[in-house]
Amino acid sequence: MSWTTRALWLLPLLLFTGLVVLMAQNLGKPQQAVVRSHMVGKPAPAMALEGVAGVPGLATADLKAGTPVLVNLFASWCLPCAVEAPQLKALQARGVTLYGIAVRDQPADVEGFLAKHGNPFGRIGLDPGGRMMIGFGASGVPETYVIDGRGVVRYQHLGEIRAEHVPMLLAELEKAK
Amino acid sequence: MIPELGHFALWLAAAAALLQAVGVTIGLWRNDEGLMRLAVPSALVQALMTVAAFGALTWAFVVSDFSVKLVATNSHSMKPDMYLWTGVWANHEGSLLLWVLVMALSGAMVALAPATLGPRFRDRVLSVQAMVALGFFAFLLIASNPFERLVPAPTEGQGLNPLLQDPGLAFHPPLLYIGYVGLSVAFAFAVAGMLEDKVGPAWAKATRPWVAGAWAFLTMGIALGSFWAYYELGWGGWWFWDPVENAALMPWLAGTALLHSIAVVMKRDALRAWTLLLAVAAFSLSMMGTFIVRSGLLTSVHAFAVDPTRGLFLMGLMALYIGGALTIYALAAGRVAEGRQFALVSRESALVANNLFMSAMLGVVLVGTLYPMALEASGGAQISVGPPYFNRTVLPMLLVAAILMAVAPFLGWRKSATGHLASRLLPAGIAAAAVVVIAVWPLGVREIGSLLGFGAAAWLGVASLSILVKRGLTLNAAGMALAHFGVAVSILGATASGALQREALVTMRVGEAIEMGPWRAELMDVRPVAGSNWTAIEATLDVRRNGAPVAVLKPQSRVFVAPPQETTEAGRAGWRTGELYSVIGKPDGTGRWQVHFWVKPLVRLIWIGGLLMALGGVLALGGKVRAGARRRSAVAEGALPLPQAA
Amino acid sequence: MRALAVALLLLAGSPALAEPPPPPDVPLADAQLEAKAKALMGELRCLTCQNQSIADSNAGQAQAMRVEVRERIASGDSPDEVRAFFVERYGDWVSFVPPAREDTALLWAAPLLFLTVGALLVARRFRR
Repeated sequence: MSWTTRALWLLPLLLFTGLVVLMAQNLGKPQQAVVRSHMVGKPAPAMALEGVAGVPGLATADLKAGTPVLVNLFASWCLPCAVEAPQLKALQARGVTLYGIAVRDQPADVEGFLAKHGNPFGRIGLDPGGRMMIGFGASGVPETYVIDGRGVVRYQHLGEIRAEHVPMLLAELEKAK
Repeated sequence: MIPELGHFALWLAAAAALLQAVGVTIGLWRNDEGLMRLAVPSALVQALMTVAAFGALTWAFVVSDFSVKLVATNSHSMKPDMYLWTGVWANHEGSLLLWVLVMALSGAMVALAPATLGPRFRDRVLSVQAMVALGFFAFLLIASNPFERLVPAPTEGQGLNPLLQDPGLAFHPPLLYIGYVGLSVAFAFAVAGMLEDKVGPAWAKATRPWVAGAWAFLTMGIALGSFWAYYELGWGGWWFWDPVENAALMPWLAGTALLHSIAVVMKRDALRAWTLLLAVAAFSLSMMGTFIVRSGLLTSVHAFAVDPTRGLFLMGLMALYIGGALTIYALAAGRVAEGRQFALVSRESALVANNLFMSAMLGVVLVGTLYPMALEASGGAQISVGPPYFNRTVLPMLLVAAILMAVAPFLGWRKSATGHLASRLLPAGIAAAAVVVIAVWPLGVREIGSLLGFGAAAWLGVASLSILVKRGLTLNAAGMALAHFGVAVSILGATASGALQREALVTMRVGEAIEMGPWRAELMDVRPVAGSNWTAIEATLDVRRNGAPVAVLKPQSRVFVAPPQETTEAGRAGWRTGELYSVIGKPDGTGRWQVHFWVKPLVRLIWIGGLLMALGGVLALGGKVRAGARRRSAVAEGALPLPQAA
Repeated sequence: MRALAVALLLLAGSPALAEPPPPPDVPLADAQLEAKAKALMGELRCLTCQNQSIADSNAGQAQAMRVEVRERIASGDSPDEVRAFFVERYGDWVSFVPPAREDTALLWAAPLLFLTVGALLVARRFRR
């Protein structure tokens, strides 16, 4: 029997072994894929959003003021957004400039949300259609982006900001200077 | 008490499987008749005890015994009676119990069927089957005990996923499982064939009915699953190339290839090694499919019980059995000869062509399903491989296979004359041309893929019918022709429902109407309705064609209480062999409702074709038994000529 | 961690915390453009769903993406340009059509590869 014939008989076992290795590697990984934004390193999307609750609106030029800022995508209907409110306050207290974008939201609801959880934002852009989420490459709310002084996205934080994330975000802001 | 008895019965079944696996194997090895004789009774005891265990779990669900954890987490006393029964297998543990039930019952069938290859071979098959069953018993008893108690017992259960509260649940999983697990018999026959050096025409003849039977059930299970997704998911689609669908499609493709290659072993004693590999692969892919589905390894749109923590156990089992079988296969190299060579134009070469296409499709589905995972695991990009990929790669192969399929039954074994082909296939050619012309004008289809689909369906359908209407046909040949005709019917349904579909998405008030060609759908009413465990917003659509009333559709948007979840119930009605399909969406806040309305001509043919294929498989099963009884001697020589259409 | 759980529990009780239903879809007036947009929606993947296209999803963000698709198609963008717009923001994952690149060469070659290897193996079986 030639070695090619022998190899053919062995081939199914080898292919299957490869398959098992691949599956074993991936077992236990979360089922839902985490899709990271591909906007990091690119200019933030163009925007000219109206303000809400007496807070001025947000436009592209505001992100190019020379100092790094945090842009926080939030919504009044979003549970983790309320959870991260204290951390946003803490960041504000550390002198960070915070801008908010209220996603798929109504002015009255945003007002209620800010009254309840406080307003850490210097500017808030109202985005009723949720278009800014697509602009930033966000897959949910809340998400927080570090924008450098020239309006370029430098870092994406997925999900709510917990206490342990605050120093990390401060470091990212420092890096973006 | 009854759950404990069920648990005990499960242990007894596992003990019987252990005896059957280890005892009989030792008996076969030492040629100890006494030990070998244990095979049949232990297979029967295993089946009986598994039935008892399954009965006990069913009892716990039906009387809503919430002290059983599985019942408490997956059932609810408010659930309609039917779903108390079907809820048994709508969860991880219960569906695994169904799996071993089917496996034990098919083992019992092997034990009771005539041992055409001798008692020693039957005992070998039973011992191999018991080894496989043993692993699943162990998995149930160690890691997935369905009878686990909950202390203290809750007063109410958590309910069943609303998407699963549907008649589809009653039939789809059992049919699919009978198909999946039925293939384990072919697997056991293949392993036993290699261990006993019995692979040849007689082996093929003994194996084929099991393959045909399992394949028929698998076909029905998939067709029903597709129909279920079509009406339950509410987007009008019927096949999404979702990993869970692909997981069911792969064993089906392997089974289809096996069904054809095993005929070559039977008639011409060729393709032995390849057929063995397919027999191993078909059940291996069933196990892998179940593993992929259960472990949550791939993201799917379909509702099923996912439990990654138990994935490792299942993967170990899978690696053991598939790896073991493939090792035996690799070691059999040299002992199993491929068999004779054959002529380019012959029945056997046509069957090889079938195998080539089925295997290539299987390979593409496998690669497409796993590629994103492999690429990401190797540090590459995150990509999605979805319907566009599979449609562009698999469908062309399917079309070519369908066109060749029409010709194959007209070819003879060994070396076929070709002179008769032109006249035999003339009606099919005329039909194909006619249908394509009709599709272009007056139907106005321009897309080349759809036109090819119409042409191939007519070509294959008429060619298969012209075999079917011949007199003096055996059941076997009739089954083949019917299955091929079913493929044509499905292709026609799939092509027509896509190419001729009309669709409208409108936000409308009560009293307004959708106008679409000859169709008019008026929104008569939107009101709340209540079911046994849900409330819903129900729209009433009066559908007319050229002014004549055709149907009244009642799409719903349902809200379930336990567990709280919203589902859309499509409002459907048949129209000829097509369907009118509607979905009610959200209100816009100013008294208008979003209504999605489709007219899908011939769409039901997709599933009717599937049922015809399955029926063909069942007929072929019966035909083989009869033909075998009449001409056993001829088969023994491997020279039984299949009744020719020519 | 515990504080977070308590906060979540309290918040879950308040009725305002549910995502508002997305507004109904408004198809494009031009049937041909709408057909183009629909076809593309079937090939873009919903970010928050389990393996669904944005055409088949009720999620709010899928709705926002549908609006984006329709607007861009209506303004004269080709479906491929619109697809590229989403890929630029979310990567290849967002498109159900895998890219044609070096790292997907094996994927796209698979059909021909299997057919060729199969045909070569089969060729050995034929009598000359």
